[in-house]
Amino acid sequence: MKTDRRRAAILVAALALLLVVAGVSVCVGAQAIAPAEVWRAFTAYAGTGEHQIVRGIRVPRTVLGIFVGAALGTAGTLVQTLTRNPLAEPGILGVTAGAGFAITVGAVLGLAGSPAGQLGLAFAGAVLASVAVYAVGSTSPLRLVLTGVALSSVLAGVSLGMRLMLPDVFDTFRFWSVGALAGHEQQPLRLALWTIAVALACSVAITRPLNAMVLGDDVARALGGHLARTRFGVLVLVTLLAGAATAAAGPIAFLGLMVPHLARRAAGASIPWLMAYTMVLGPILLLVSDIAARVLLPTGEVPVAVVTAFLGAPVLIWAVRRRGAVRS
Amino acid sequence: MTGHVVLRAGTYSIRVARRPLVASLALVAAALALAFTALCFGASWSRPGEVLAALAGHGDSVVVVRDWRLPRVAAALVFGAALGLAGAIFQNLTRNALGSPDIIGLDAGSYTGALFAITVLSGTSAQLSVSSVAGGLAAAAAVYFLSLRSGLSGMRLIVIGIAMNAMLTALNSWIVLRAELEVAMAATGWSAGSLNGVDWAELVLPFLVIGALTLLLVTLSSGMRQAALGDDLAVASGVRLNLLRLLLVLAGVGCTATVTAVAGPIVFIALAAPQIGRLLAGTAGVALMPAALTGAVLLPAADLVAQAVFAPISLPVGVVTTVIGGGYLIWLLVRRAGRT
Repeated sequence: MKTDRRRAAILVAALALLLVVAGVSVCVGAQAIAPAEVWRAFTAYAGTGEHQIVRGIRVPRTVLGIFVGAALGTAGTLVQTLTRNPLAEPGILGVTAGAGFAITVGAVLGLAGSPAGQLGLAFAGAVLASVAVYAVGSTSPLRLVLTGVALSSVLAGVSLGMRLMLPDVFDTFRFWSVGALAGHEQQPLRLALWTIAVALACSVAITRPLNAMVLGDDVARALGGHLARTRFGVLVLVTLLAGAATAAAGPIAFLGLMVPHLARRAAGASIPWLMAYTMVLGPILLLVSDIAARVLLPTGEVPVAVVTAFLGAPVLIWAVRRRGAVRS
Repeated sequence: MTGHVVLRAGTYSIRVARRPLVASLALVAAALALAFTALCFGASWSRPGEVLAALAGHGDSVVVVRDWRLPRVAAALVFGAALGLAGAIFQNLTRNALGSPDIIGLDAGSYTGALFAITVLSGTSAQLSVSSVAGGLAAAAAVYFLSLRSGLSGMRLIVIGIAMNAMLTALNSWIVLRAELEVAMAATGWSAGSLNGVDWAELVLPFLVIGALTLLLVTLSSGMRQAALGDDLAVASGVRLNLLRLLLVLAGVGCTATVTAVAGPIVFIALAAPQIGRLLAGTAGVALMPAALTGAVLLPAADLVAQAVFAPISLPVGVVTTVIGGGYLIWLLVRRAGRT
């Protein structure tokens, strides 16, 4: 199969690119550290300040970027495939709004002070919101999208009202609301990263039934697929992926919308390839944005969510204009 | 529901489907009832009789009712309808339930303009109006011209709008993050949209603009019906599709920008009103009339709640529109469980 070989070559190239980007991400930062010194931090750790920066800050931050990027990209692919709506993104299931609402309520109750508290709140809010959306909208993709939008706005409205009346809560929230990797690498992330890793593995397993579902509900049923079971599985995975990613890094959901669009150009109609590409492309985009976030302004870091937006949006516009990358 | 009613007046007759007609009449009644309630409501409740007398120009509360409350109520009715229309236009153009001026970057652009006025300029209300309209129009124009390529495709428009929206939203939240806490809160308050303190002088021009745009839409409506059948069929039946779409975009953007200039970006009505109207009227596609009427019910209701919940503090109405509109949409979806 010629196309398969070409697709495999693209995947290998993308993986190589991811390695390079991860390497650069470990080498670049506010503190200038020579690549040779970075190398020594791994091979001959001496506990100097530079070594501590590399191993204590840059490596965790890069790992976090890889996991969050892969999680958001995969969640986006799953949601877009499930709802057959190329505009869907993980936020559509209420994940972002639920997390934001939980952070706001937590701040009102005084629970959102610590990083661990914020992490737990955001994840719980994301999961609860998407469970509610699923409970109401599970019968059809359109209902799912509408319910997600509706619940998101209810939660966003209530929390905006609370924030406008309580300045302290407003202050906590505005720092959370701009997604960033900086500062998040020090959180107790082990649980979030494990969640993402397990959910990514399950996403690979679910591609086959999902591939049948793309052909339409009737065809999928005729092929022996369990529609309800697949749909439920996908929603659980999206919730876990997007919830954990949002909890770990704040809302960077635009990545989830953009990555599948870009990956689809190389993958065509094949869901397994699409999944493979998004898992590699997501981390590449997030790491490149994060590197840019560190070096763009001499005065301080730009939050990475701002960079993903300004990097991703023009790419998306270009892709849509060039070939109409959207299959409506 | 396939019942139809034939209305006759002399030699003219029109055949209307019963369900949309009943739904529209019910919506009009609801809007008027809400408007009247809002006229009675204030720092103290006025009796309905007193309000009626004041409207006719008698009694002690003429100034309160006619000069303070009436402009706000009228603004809520007209702006709600305008937002509903704008939403219906964009959902028709894009054939997507998520298509609305909120989503294609207009509101985010206005917010960027307003943030500029608040953080860089001195933030007077005239500066706010001008720079928010300028920001919104600039964003809309950028989205429109970027999505032109041998004609306008609805899908391309909406994806590019989302991209623009994402950029502007990121920029906005960054500015809010870097600003002083009070400035940031003031800006966020504006961004929620509010009808607090509108008076007649501010409303004349917006009402005229919205009226003109509504007339434009009436003349376009037959073309829109053809266009809903699909591009090929519409072109074959003599619709100038690109001109139609340009005019529709202009009308939708015009409605939204006008509302934003006076009241700030009141989100969600443009998104929810067309869908709620569609579910109520039982029409196949998104129709303009039910959308406008639903908007004219939603905004006054939201404004009433915004004034009442934490009285005497009045919330930004946008906070309430999101909650009520979203809640109602969820309720409709729950009630119609099993049907799409």
